[in-house]
Amino acid sequence: MTQVLSPVPGTFYTQPAPGEPLYKQVGDPVAAGDVVGLIEVMKTFIDVKAETTGTFTGYLVDDGAAIGAGAPLAEIED
Amino acid sequence: MAIKRLLIANRGEIAVRIIRAAKAMDIHTIQAHSEADADMLAVRQADEAVCIGPAQAAQSYLNVEAVVAAARATGADAVHPGYGFMAENPAFVRALEAAGITFVGPSADIIDRMGDKVAARQAAEAAGVPVVPGSKGRLDTVDEAVAVAAGLGYPVMIKAAAGGGGKGIRIAETEADLRRMAPQAQAEADAAFGDGGLYLERAIQSPRHIEVQIMGDGTDAVHYFERECSMQRRRQKVWEEAGAACLDETTRAHLCDTAVSLAKAVGYVGAGTVEYLYDSATREFFFIEMNTRIQVEHPATEMLTGTDLVQEMIHVAGGGALRQSQKDITRSGHAIEVRLNAEDPMMQFLPFPGQVSSLQLPEGAGIRFDHFLYEGYQVPPFYDSLLGKLIVHAEDRDTAIELMITALEGLEIGGLKTTKPLHLALAQDPSVRADDFHTQWLEPWLAAGNLKPTP
Repeated sequence: MTQVLSPVPGTFYTQPAPGEPLYKQVGDPVAAGDVVGLIEVMKTFIDVKAETTGTFTGYLVDDGAAIGAGAPLAEIED
Repeated sequence: MAIKRLLIANRGEIAVRIIRAAKAMDIHTIQAHSEADADMLAVRQADEAVCIGPAQAAQSYLNVEAVVAAARATGADAVHPGYGFMAENPAFVRALEAAGITFVGPSADIIDRMGDKVAARQAAEAAGVPVVPGSKGRLDTVDEAVAVAAGLGYPVMIKAAAGGGGKGIRIAETEADLRRMAPQAQAEADAAFGDGGLYLERAIQSPRHIEVQIMGDGTDAVHYFERECSMQRRRQKVWEEAGAACLDETTRAHLCDTAVSLAKAVGYVGAGTVEYLYDSATREFFFIEMNTRIQVEHPATEMLTGTDLVQEMIHVAGGGALRQSQKDITRSGHAIEVRLNAEDPMMQFLPFPGQVSSLQLPEGAGIRFDHFLYEGYQVPPFYDSLLGKLIVHAEDRDTAIELMITALEGLEIGGLKTTKPLHLALAQDPSVRADDFHTQWLEPWLAAGNLKPTP
Protein backbone atom coordinates (compact mmCIF):
# COMPACT_ATOMS: atom_id res chain seq x y z
CA MET A 1 0.00 0.00 0.00
CA THR A 2 1.41 3.42 -0.98
CA GLN A 3 0.08 6.70 0.33
CA VAL A 4 -0.11 9.78 -1.86
CA LEU A 5 1.18 12.69 0.22
CA SER A 6 0.37 16.36 -0.20
CA PRO A 7 3.30 18.37 -1.54
CA VAL A 8 1.93 21.62 -0.04
CA PRO A 9 -0.66 22.80 2.47
CA GLY A 10 -3.98 24.00 1.11
CA THR A 11 -7.48 22.88 0.24
CA PHE A 12 -7.77 19.38 -1.27
CA TYR A 13 -10.26 18.47 -3.98
CA THR A 14 -11.16 14.96 -5.16
CA GLN A 15 -12.69 16.22 -8.41
CA PRO A 16 -11.64 18.86 -11.01
CA ALA A 17 -14.77 20.98 -10.37
CA PRO A 18 -18.03 20.64 -8.44
CA GLY A 19 -20.35 18.16 -10.13
CA GLU A 20 -17.58 16.51 -12.16
CA PRO A 21 -16.54 12.87 -11.62
CA LEU A 22 -13.89 12.03 -9.01
CA TYR A 23 -10.33 11.83 -10.33
CA LYS A 24 -10.23 8.17 -9.26
CA GLN A 25 -12.82 5.66 -8.06
CA VAL A 26 -12.00 2.77 -5.75
CA GLY A 27 -10.70 -0.08 -7.92
CA ASP A 28 -9.48 2.16 -10.76
CA PRO A 29 -6.05 1.33 -12.16
CA VAL A 30 -3.45 4.03 -11.42
CA ALA A 31 -0.31 4.68 -13.45
CA ALA A 32 2.58 6.74 -12.13
CA GLY A 33 1.93 10.33 -13.19
CA ASP A 34 -1.87 10.02 -13.10
CA VAL A 35 -3.64 12.97 -11.49
CA VAL A 36 -5.47 11.78 -8.38
CA GLY A 37 -6.42 15.12 -6.82
CA LEU A 38 -6.15 18.90 -6.86
CA ILE A 39 -4.83 21.30 -4.24
CA GLU A 40 -5.65 24.98 -4.07
CA VAL A 41 -2.97 26.96 -2.33
CA MET A 42 -2.69 30.75 -2.32
CA LYS A 43 -4.90 31.14 -5.40
CA THR A 44 -2.81 28.57 -7.32
CA PHE A 45 -4.09 25.12 -8.33
CA ILE A 46 -1.68 22.21 -8.24
CA ASP A 47 -2.31 18.71 -9.57
CA VAL A 48 -1.55 15.88 -7.18
CA LYS A 49 0.03 13.01 -9.12
CA ALA A 50 0.54 9.37 -8.24
CA GLU A 51 4.18 8.31 -8.05
CA THR A 52 3.45 4.60 -8.25
CA THR A 53 1.44 2.20 -10.38
CA GLY A 54 -1.32 0.06 -8.86
CA THR A 55 -4.98 0.06 -7.93
CA PHE A 56 -6.77 3.00 -6.31
CA THR A 57 -8.13 2.06 -2.88
CA GLY A 58 -9.63 5.36 -1.79
CA TYR A 59 -9.25 8.96 -0.62
CA LEU A 60 -8.11 9.52 2.95
CA VAL A 61 -9.55 13.05 3.26
CA ASP A 62 -12.81 14.64 2.17
CA ASP A 63 -13.32 16.86 -0.84
CA GLY A 64 -12.71 20.46 0.22
CA ALA A 65 -10.68 19.54 3.31
CA ALA A 66 -7.92 21.78 4.64
CA ILE A 67 -4.69 19.77 4.60
CA GLY A 68 -1.11 20.31 5.71
CA ALA A 69 2.08 19.63 3.77
CA GLY A 70 2.87 15.91 3.83
CA ALA A 71 -0.69 14.91 4.73
CA PRO A 72 -1.79 11.51 3.34
CA LEU A 73 -4.44 12.13 0.68
CA ALA A 74 -5.13 8.79 -0.97
CA GLU A 75 -3.95 5.18 -1.07
CA ILE A 76 -2.78 3.01 -3.93
CA GLU A 77 -2.35 -0.76 -3.67
CA ASP A 78 0.83 -1.88 -5.41
CA MET B 1 -16.41 65.34 7.83
CA ALA B 2 -13.20 63.97 9.25
CA ILE B 3 -13.19 60.20 9.70
CA LYS B 4 -13.40 58.98 13.32
CA ARG B 5 -14.10 55.24 13.06
CA LEU B 6 -12.46 53.35 10.20
CA LEU B 7 -13.26 49.79 9.20
CA ILE B 8 -10.44 48.04 7.32
CA ALA B 9 -11.95 45.71 4.70
CA ASN B 10 -8.75 43.90 3.82
CA ARG B 11 -6.11 41.64 5.35
CA GLY B 12 -2.39 40.91 5.42
CA GLU B 13 0.25 43.59 5.26
CA ILE B 14 -1.97 46.34 3.86
CA ALA B 15 -4.37 46.03 6.81
CA VAL B 16 -1.42 46.54 9.17
CA ARG B 17 -0.30 49.49 7.07
CA ILE B 18 -3.74 51.15 7.17
CA ILE B 19 -4.01 50.67 10.96
CA ARG B 20 -0.62 52.36 11.40
CA ALA B 21 -1.78 55.36 9.36
CA ALA B 22 -5.16 55.58 11.13
CA LYS B 23 -3.63 55.39 14.61
CA ALA B 24 -1.27 58.22 13.73
CA MET B 25 -4.38 60.27 12.90
CA ASP B 26 -6.16 59.31 16.16
CA ILE B 27 -8.79 57.35 14.26
CA HIS B 28 -10.50 54.36 15.93
CA THR B 29 -9.67 51.21 13.93
CA ILE B 30 -12.02 48.28 13.29
CA GLN B 31 -10.47 45.28 11.53
CA ALA B 32 -12.77 43.10 9.43
CA HIS B 33 -11.54 39.52 9.11
CA SER B 34 -12.54 36.08 7.88
CA GLU B 35 -12.73 33.06 10.18
CA ALA B 36 -9.29 32.00 8.92
CA ASP B 37 -7.76 35.38 9.82
CA ALA B 38 -8.86 35.71 13.46
CA ASP B 39 -5.24 35.66 14.65
CA MET B 40 -3.67 37.86 12.00
CA LEU B 41 -1.50 40.77 13.09
CA ALA B 42 -3.98 43.48 12.03
CA VAL B 43 -6.67 41.95 14.27
CA ARG B 44 -4.26 42.11 17.21
CA GLN B 45 -3.34 45.72 16.49
CA ALA B 46 -6.77 47.17 15.74
CA ASP B 47 -8.92 48.76 18.45
CA GLU B 48 -11.62 46.22 17.66
CA ALA B 49 -12.27 43.41 15.20
CA VAL B 50 -15.31 41.96 13.46
CA CYS B 51 -15.70 38.61 11.69
CA ILE B 52 -17.24 38.93 8.22
CA GLY B 53 -17.51 35.28 7.18
CA PRO B 54 -15.74 32.04 6.27
CA ALA B 55 -12.20 31.66 4.97
CA GLN B 56 -13.22 31.75 1.31
CA ALA B 57 -12.79 35.35 0.13
CA ALA B 58 -15.99 35.19 -1.93
CA GLN B 59 -17.91 34.79 1.32
CA SER B 60 -15.95 37.33 3.37
CA TYR B 61 -13.57 39.92 1.87
CA LEU B 62 -15.50 39.95 -1.41
CA ASN B 63 -18.96 39.90 0.17
CA VAL B 64 -20.52 43.37 -0.22
CA GLU B 65 -23.45 42.70 2.13
CA ALA B 66 -21.27 41.20 4.86
CA VAL B 67 -18.77 44.07 4.86
CA VAL B 68 -21.43 46.79 4.76
CA ALA B 69 -23.32 45.04 7.59
CA ALA B 70 -20.11 44.83 9.64
CA ALA B 71 -19.43 48.53 9.07
CA ARG B 72 -22.94 49.41 10.25
CA ALA B 73 -22.86 47.08 13.23
CA THR B 74 -19.57 48.54 14.47
CA GLY B 75 -20.59 52.16 13.88
CA ALA B 76 -17.86 52.78 11.30
CA ASP B 77 -18.12 56.11 9.50
CA ALA B 78 -15.67 55.04 6.78
CA VAL B 79 -14.23 51.93 5.13
CA HIS B 80 -10.70 51.56 3.76
CA PRO B 81 -10.59 48.85 1.07
CA GLY B 82 -6.79 48.52 0.74
CA TYR B 83 -5.88 46.99 -2.66
CA GLY B 84 -7.42 43.99 -4.40
CA PHE B 85 -10.68 42.53 -3.01
CA MET B 86 -13.28 45.34 -3.27
CA ALA B 87 -10.93 48.30 -3.74
CA GLU B 88 -12.20 48.90 -7.28
CA ASN B 89 -15.73 47.53 -7.00
CA PRO B 90 -18.25 50.28 -7.83
CA ALA B 91 -21.18 48.21 -6.46
CA PHE B 92 -19.44 48.12 -3.07
CA VAL B 93 -18.90 51.88 -3.14
CA ARG B 94 -22.57 52.46 -4.00
CA ALA B 95 -23.71 50.13 -1.20
CA LEU B 96 -21.58 52.06 1.31
CA GLU B 97 -22.90 55.34 -0.01
CA ALA B 98 -26.48 54.11 0.43
CA ALA B 99 -25.61 53.23 4.04
CA GLY B 100 -24.15 56.71 4.62
CA ILE B 101 -20.61 55.38 5.06
CA THR B 102 -17.56 57.01 3.45
CA PHE B 103 -15.44 54.95 1.06
CA VAL B 104 -11.73 55.80 1.24
CA GLY B 105 -11.24 56.21 -2.48
CA PRO B 106 -12.88 57.83 -5.49
CA SER B 107 -16.57 57.79 -6.37
CA ALA B 108 -18.24 54.77 -7.97
CA ASP B 109 -18.63 56.78 -11.17
CA ILE B 110 -14.89 57.43 -11.43
CA ILE B 111 -14.12 53.76 -10.72
CA ASP B 112 -16.60 52.78 -13.44
CA ARG B 113 -15.10 55.20 -15.93
CA MET B 114 -11.47 54.28 -15.30
CA GLY B 115 -12.30 50.58 -15.21
CA ASP B 116 -13.62 50.74 -18.77
CA LYS B 117 -10.68 50.54 -21.20
CA VAL B 118 -12.33 52.60 -23.93
CA ALA B 119 -13.74 55.26 -21.59
CA ALA B 120 -10.40 55.53 -19.78
CA ARG B 121 -8.53 55.94 -23.07
CA GLN B 122 -10.97 58.65 -24.13
CA ALA B 123 -10.61 60.45 -20.80
CA ALA B 124 -6.82 60.26 -21.13
CA GLU B 125 -6.84 61.59 -24.70
CA ALA B 126 -9.21 64.40 -23.72
CA ALA B 127 -6.83 65.38 -20.90
CA GLY B 128 -3.88 65.46 -23.30
CA VAL B 129 -2.30 62.21 -22.09
CA PRO B 130 -0.55 60.35 -24.93
CA VAL B 131 -2.14 57.02 -25.81
CA VAL B 132 -0.64 54.32 -28.01
CA PRO B 133 -1.13 55.69 -31.55
CA GLY B 134 -3.66 53.66 -33.48
CA SER B 135 -6.03 53.79 -36.43
CA LYS B 136 -9.14 55.89 -35.85
CA GLY B 137 -11.53 53.18 -36.92
CA ARG B 138 -11.65 49.91 -38.80
CA LEU B 139 -9.51 49.36 -41.87
CA ASP B 140 -10.91 47.30 -44.72
CA THR B 141 -8.15 47.26 -47.32
CA VAL B 142 -4.42 46.64 -47.31
CA ASP B 143 -3.75 50.01 -48.98
CA GLU B 144 -5.70 51.76 -46.22
CA ALA B 145 -3.63 49.89 -43.61
CA VAL B 146 -0.37 50.85 -45.33
CA ALA B 147 -1.37 54.53 -45.43
CA VAL B 148 -2.29 54.52 -41.73
CA ALA B 149 0.89 52.63 -40.75
CA ALA B 150 3.01 55.27 -42.47
CA GLY B 151 1.50 57.81 -40.09
CA LEU B 152 1.87 55.64 -36.97
CA GLY B 153 5.43 54.51 -37.64
CA TYR B 154 6.71 50.93 -37.71
CA PRO B 155 6.61 48.40 -36.14
CA VAL B 156 2.84 48.18 -36.06
CA MET B 157 0.56 45.70 -34.38
CA ILE B 158 -2.22 44.28 -36.55
CA LYS B 159 -5.36 43.34 -34.65
CA ALA B 160 -8.88 42.29 -35.58
CA ALA B 161 -11.29 45.24 -35.27
CA ALA B 162 -13.94 42.86 -33.95
CA GLY B 163 -13.24 40.55 -31.03
CA GLY B 164 -10.59 40.82 -28.38
CA GLY B 165 -7.86 38.81 -26.78
CA GLY B 166 -4.69 37.97 -28.61
CA LYS B 167 -6.40 36.32 -31.57
CA GLY B 168 -4.85 37.26 -34.86
CA ILE B 169 -2.33 39.76 -33.50
CA ARG B 170 0.70 40.19 -35.76
CA ILE B 171 3.62 42.57 -35.66
CA ALA B 172 4.79 44.09 -38.94
CA GLU B 173 8.28 45.58 -38.94
CA THR B 174 8.04 47.05 -42.43
CA GLU B 175 5.56 47.92 -45.15
CA ALA B 176 6.45 44.67 -46.95
CA ASP B 177 5.59 42.74 -43.76
CA LEU B 178 2.31 44.60 -43.48
CA ARG B 179 1.36 43.90 -47.12
CA ARG B 180 2.06 40.22 -46.54
CA MET B 181 0.44 39.91 -43.08
CA ALA B 182 -2.64 42.11 -43.49
CA PRO B 183 -4.48 39.73 -45.86
CA GLN B 184 -3.70 36.80 -43.50
CA ALA B 185 -5.01 38.78 -40.55
CA GLN B 186 -8.13 39.74 -42.52
CA ALA B 187 -8.82 36.12 -43.42
CA GLU B 188 -8.26 35.01 -39.84
CA ALA B 189 -10.46 37.78 -38.39
CA ASP B 190 -13.17 36.94 -40.90
CA ALA B 191 -13.03 33.26 -39.94
CA ALA B 192 -12.97 33.96 -36.20
CA PHE B 193 -15.41 36.86 -35.93
CA GLY B 194 -17.21 36.97 -39.28
CA ASP B 195 -15.65 40.40 -39.80
CA GLY B 196 -12.41 40.94 -41.70
CA GLY B 197 -11.95 44.53 -40.46
CA LEU B 198 -8.51 45.35 -39.03
CA TYR B 199 -7.18 47.77 -36.45
CA LEU B 200 -3.58 49.01 -36.37
CA GLU B 201 -1.63 50.20 -33.37
CA ARG B 202 2.00 51.20 -32.96
CA ALA B 203 3.89 48.24 -31.45
CA ILE B 204 5.89 49.28 -28.42
CA GLN B 205 8.55 46.60 -28.16
CA SER B 206 10.37 45.75 -24.95
CA PRO B 207 8.61 48.60 -23.15
CA ARG B 208 9.15 49.70 -19.61
CA HIS B 209 6.24 49.98 -17.22
CA ILE B 210 6.33 53.37 -15.55
CA GLU B 211 3.54 54.74 -13.39
CA VAL B 212 2.80 58.03 -11.68
CA GLN B 213 1.43 58.29 -8.14
CA ILE B 214 -1.26 60.94 -7.89
CA MET B 215 -3.53 62.23 -5.13
CA GLY B 216 -6.66 64.32 -5.58
CA ASP B 217 -9.20 66.03 -3.32
CA GLY B 218 -11.91 66.51 -5.96
CA THR B 219 -10.79 70.04 -6.77
CA ASP B 220 -7.04 69.85 -7.05
CA ALA B 221 -4.56 67.07 -7.76
CA VAL B 222 -0.83 66.57 -7.29
CA HIS B 223 1.69 63.90 -8.23
CA TYR B 224 4.33 62.19 -6.10
CA PHE B 225 6.56 61.39 -9.07
CA GLU B 226 6.93 58.06 -10.81
CA ARG B 227 7.78 54.43 -10.14
CA GLU B 228 9.55 51.99 -12.43
CA CYS B 229 7.78 48.59 -12.29
CA SER B 230 9.05 46.67 -15.31
CA MET B 231 10.36 43.71 -13.33
CA GLN B 232 7.38 41.40 -13.70
CA ARG B 233 6.61 37.71 -13.76
CA ARG B 234 3.25 36.60 -15.14
CA ARG B 235 2.21 40.26 -15.13
CA GLN B 236 2.84 40.48 -11.39
CA LYS B 237 5.29 43.10 -10.25
CA VAL B 238 8.27 41.68 -8.43
CA TRP B 239 10.66 44.61 -7.85
CA GLU B 240 9.72 48.28 -8.01
CA GLU B 241 11.75 51.46 -7.97
CA ALA B 242 10.99 55.12 -7.27
CA GLY B 243 11.90 56.98 -9.39
CA ALA B 244 12.63 55.68 -12.84
CA ALA B 245 16.36 56.18 -13.41
CA CYS B 246 15.89 55.85 -17.19
CA LEU B 247 13.96 59.14 -17.47
CA ASP B 248 15.52 62.50 -18.17
CA GLU B 249 14.13 65.49 -16.26
CA THR B 250 12.12 66.85 -19.18
CA THR B 251 10.41 63.52 -19.84
CA ARG B 252 9.80 62.99 -16.11
CA ALA B 253 8.15 66.40 -15.74
CA HIS B 254 5.99 65.85 -18.81
CA LEU B 255 4.97 62.34 -17.70
CA CYS B 256 3.99 63.48 -14.20
CA ASP B 257 2.17 66.56 -15.48
CA THR B 258 -0.02 64.49 -17.81
CA ALA B 259 -1.03 62.25 -14.89
CA VAL B 260 -2.10 65.31 -12.89
CA SER B 261 -4.05 66.63 -15.90
CA LEU B 262 -6.00 63.38 -16.07
CA ALA B 263 -6.67 63.38 -12.31
CA LYS B 264 -7.89 66.97 -12.43
CA ALA B 265 -9.99 66.36 -15.54
CA VAL B 266 -11.99 63.62 -13.82
CA GLY B 267 -12.18 65.38 -10.42
CA TYR B 268 -10.25 62.59 -8.75
CA VAL B 269 -10.48 61.99 -4.99
CA GLY B 270 -7.94 59.84 -3.14
CA ALA B 271 -4.78 58.00 -4.15
CA GLY B 272 -4.45 56.75 -7.70
CA THR B 273 -1.88 55.56 -10.19
CA VAL B 274 -1.64 56.39 -13.86
CA GLU B 275 0.19 53.62 -15.70
CA TYR B 276 2.24 54.08 -18.86
CA LEU B 277 4.32 52.11 -21.30
CA TYR B 278 7.64 53.81 -21.92
CA ASP B 279 9.71 53.31 -25.04
CA SER B 280 13.34 53.90 -23.99
CA ALA B 281 14.48 54.12 -27.61
CA THR B 282 12.21 57.02 -28.58
CA ARG B 283 11.62 58.41 -25.06
CA GLU B 284 7.90 58.33 -25.71
CA PHE B 285 5.31 57.28 -23.14
CA PHE B 286 1.76 56.06 -23.62
CA PHE B 287 -1.18 55.75 -21.23
CA ILE B 288 -2.25 52.17 -20.40
CA GLU B 289 -4.73 52.54 -17.55
CA MET B 290 -5.49 54.23 -14.27
CA ASN B 291 -5.73 52.28 -11.03
CA THR B 292 -8.12 53.88 -8.57
CA ARG B 293 -6.61 52.50 -5.35
CA ILE B 294 -3.54 52.64 -3.17
CA GLN B 295 -1.07 50.21 -4.75
CA VAL B 296 1.10 47.51 -3.22
CA GLU B 297 4.24 49.45 -4.14
CA HIS B 298 3.21 52.80 -2.61
CA PRO B 299 5.95 52.63 0.09
CA ALA B 300 8.67 53.17 -2.52
CA THR B 301 7.09 56.54 -3.29
CA GLU B 302 6.69 57.30 0.42
CA MET B 303 10.42 56.72 0.91
CA LEU B 304 11.26 58.89 -2.11
CA THR B 305 9.04 61.84 -1.12
CA GLY B 306 8.66 61.52 2.65
CA THR B 307 4.86 61.67 2.45
CA ASP B 308 2.55 59.18 4.17
CA LEU B 309 0.22 58.45 1.25
CA VAL B 310 -2.21 56.31 3.27
CA GLN B 311 -2.74 59.10 5.80
CA GLU B 312 -3.20 61.56 2.97
CA MET B 313 -5.87 59.44 1.24
CA ILE B 314 -7.76 59.04 4.53
CA HIS B 315 -7.53 62.81 5.03
CA VAL B 316 -9.02 63.66 1.63
CA ALA B 317 -11.68 60.93 1.96
CA GLY B 318 -12.80 62.73 5.13
CA GLY B 319 -13.36 65.85 3.04
CA GLY B 320 -10.00 67.47 3.69
CA ALA B 321 -8.13 69.48 1.06
CA LEU B 322 -4.72 68.33 -0.13
CA ARG B 323 -2.16 69.39 2.46
CA GLN B 324 0.75 69.71 0.06
CA SER B 325 0.96 71.82 -3.06
CA GLN B 326 2.99 70.47 -5.97
CA LYS B 327 5.98 72.65 -5.16
CA ASP B 328 6.11 71.22 -1.62
CA ILE B 329 6.50 67.69 -2.95
CA THR B 330 10.11 66.84 -3.64
CA ARG B 331 12.04 63.69 -4.38
CA SER B 332 15.30 62.72 -2.81
CA GLY B 333 17.61 59.81 -3.57
CA HIS B 334 16.26 56.49 -4.80
CA ALA B 335 13.96 53.85 -3.31
CA ILE B 336 13.51 50.16 -4.18
CA GLU B 337 10.82 47.77 -3.00
CA VAL B 338 10.84 43.99 -3.39
CA ARG B 339 7.91 41.68 -2.72
CA LEU B 340 8.56 38.77 -0.39
CA ASN B 341 6.09 36.05 -1.37
CA ALA B 342 5.53 32.67 0.28
CA GLU B 343 6.71 30.87 -2.84
CA ASP B 344 9.63 28.63 -3.69
CA PRO B 345 11.50 30.33 -6.54
CA MET B 346 13.48 27.13 -7.14
CA MET B 347 10.23 25.18 -7.72
CA GLN B 348 8.44 27.29 -10.35
CA PHE B 349 7.31 29.66 -7.58
CA LEU B 350 5.15 27.00 -5.95
CA PRO B 351 3.22 28.65 -3.10
CA PHE B 352 4.58 27.59 0.26
CA PRO B 353 2.51 28.77 3.22
CA GLY B 354 3.20 27.45 6.70
CA GLN B 355 4.05 28.49 10.22
CA VAL B 356 6.57 31.25 10.88
CA SER B 357 9.03 29.42 13.14
CA SER B 358 11.40 32.35 13.57
CA LEU B 359 11.58 35.92 12.37
CA GLN B 360 14.59 38.15 12.05
CA LEU B 361 14.00 41.61 10.60
CA PRO B 362 16.60 43.90 9.07
CA GLU B 363 17.06 47.25 10.75
CA GLY B 364 18.92 50.42 9.95
CA ALA B 365 18.64 53.79 8.28
CA GLY B 366 16.77 53.64 5.00
CA ILE B 367 15.29 50.16 5.60
CA ARG B 368 11.57 49.49 6.00
CA PHE B 369 9.70 46.17 6.07
CA ASP B 370 5.90 46.27 5.71
CA HIS B 371 4.52 42.87 6.71
CA PHE B 372 2.03 40.97 8.86
CA LEU B 373 4.22 38.28 10.39
CA TYR B 374 5.06 37.25 13.93
CA GLU B 375 6.76 34.19 15.37
CA GLY B 376 4.30 31.32 15.56
CA TYR B 377 1.94 32.85 12.98
CA GLN B 378 0.35 30.30 10.67
CA VAL B 379 0.19 31.82 7.18
CA PRO B 380 -3.18 30.66 5.81
CA PRO B 381 -3.27 29.02 2.36
CA PHE B 382 -6.50 30.76 1.31
CA TYR B 383 -5.20 34.11 0.11
CA ASP B 384 -2.42 35.50 -2.05
CA SER B 385 1.18 34.77 -1.24
CA LEU B 386 2.48 38.25 -0.35
CA LEU B 387 4.18 38.12 3.06
CA GLY B 388 5.74 41.52 3.11
CA LYS B 389 7.57 44.21 1.22
CA LEU B 390 11.14 45.17 1.87
CA ILE B 391 11.85 48.79 0.98
CA VAL B 392 15.17 50.60 0.99
CA HIS B 393 16.06 54.23 0.40
CA ALA B 394 19.51 55.65 -0.26
CA GLU B 395 21.15 58.65 -1.91
CA ASP B 396 21.35 57.00 -5.34
CA ARG B 397 20.34 53.84 -7.18
CA ASP B 398 23.66 51.99 -6.82
CA THR B 399 23.72 52.60 -3.07
CA ALA B 400 20.08 51.56 -2.79
CA ILE B 401 20.84 48.23 -4.49
CA GLU B 402 23.75 47.65 -2.07
CA LEU B 403 21.46 48.49 0.85
CA MET B 404 18.85 46.08 -0.52
CA ILE B 405 21.42 43.27 -0.44
CA THR B 406 22.31 44.13 3.16
CA ALA B 407 18.62 44.30 4.12
CA LEU B 408 17.79 40.99 2.41
CA GLU B 409 20.71 39.30 4.17
CA GLY B 410 19.32 40.58 7.47
CA LEU B 411 15.87 39.16 6.80
CA GLU B 412 15.19 35.58 7.90
CA ILE B 413 11.69 34.14 7.83
CA GLY B 414 11.92 30.64 9.30
CA GLY B 415 9.54 27.83 8.37
CA LEU B 416 8.54 29.18 4.95
CA LYS B 417 9.97 29.30 1.47
CA THR B 418 10.17 32.87 0.20
CA THR B 419 11.26 34.78 -2.88
CA LYS B 420 14.25 36.25 -1.05
CA PRO B 421 16.76 34.23 -3.19
CA LEU B 422 15.24 35.75 -6.34
CA HIS B 423 15.72 39.29 -5.05
CA LEU B 424 19.31 38.63 -3.96
CA ALA B 425 20.08 37.27 -7.43
CA LEU B 426 18.40 40.25 -9.12
CA ALA B 427 20.29 42.71 -6.93
CA GLN B 428 23.56 41.12 -8.08
CA ASP B 429 22.65 40.84 -11.76
CA PRO B 430 24.64 43.09 -14.14
CA SER B 431 21.57 44.06 -16.21
CA VAL B 432 19.62 45.07 -13.12
CA ARG B 433 22.58 47.05 -11.85
CA ALA B 434 22.86 48.76 -15.23
CA ASP B 435 19.10 49.52 -15.16
CA ASP B 436 18.86 47.62 -18.44
CA PHE B 437 15.59 45.67 -18.33
CA HIS B 438 11.98 45.89 -19.43
CA THR B 439 8.62 44.16 -18.94
CA GLN B 440 9.66 41.13 -21.03
CA TRP B 441 13.02 40.67 -19.29
CA LEU B 442 12.46 38.58 -16.15
CA GLU B 443 10.69 35.52 -17.55
CA PRO B 444 13.39 34.68 -20.16
CA TRP B 445 16.01 35.41 -17.48
CA LEU B 446 14.40 32.80 -15.22
CA ALA B 447 13.88 30.34 -18.10
CA ALA B 448 17.60 30.60 -18.92
CA GLY B 449 18.45 29.33 -15.44
CA ASN B 450 19.91 32.52 -14.03
CA LEU B 451 18.47 31.80 -10.60
CA LYS B 452 20.72 29.18 -9.04
CA PRO B 453 20.24 27.42 -5.71
CA THR B 454 22.44 28.84 -2.99
CA PRO B 455 24.71 26.18 -1.50
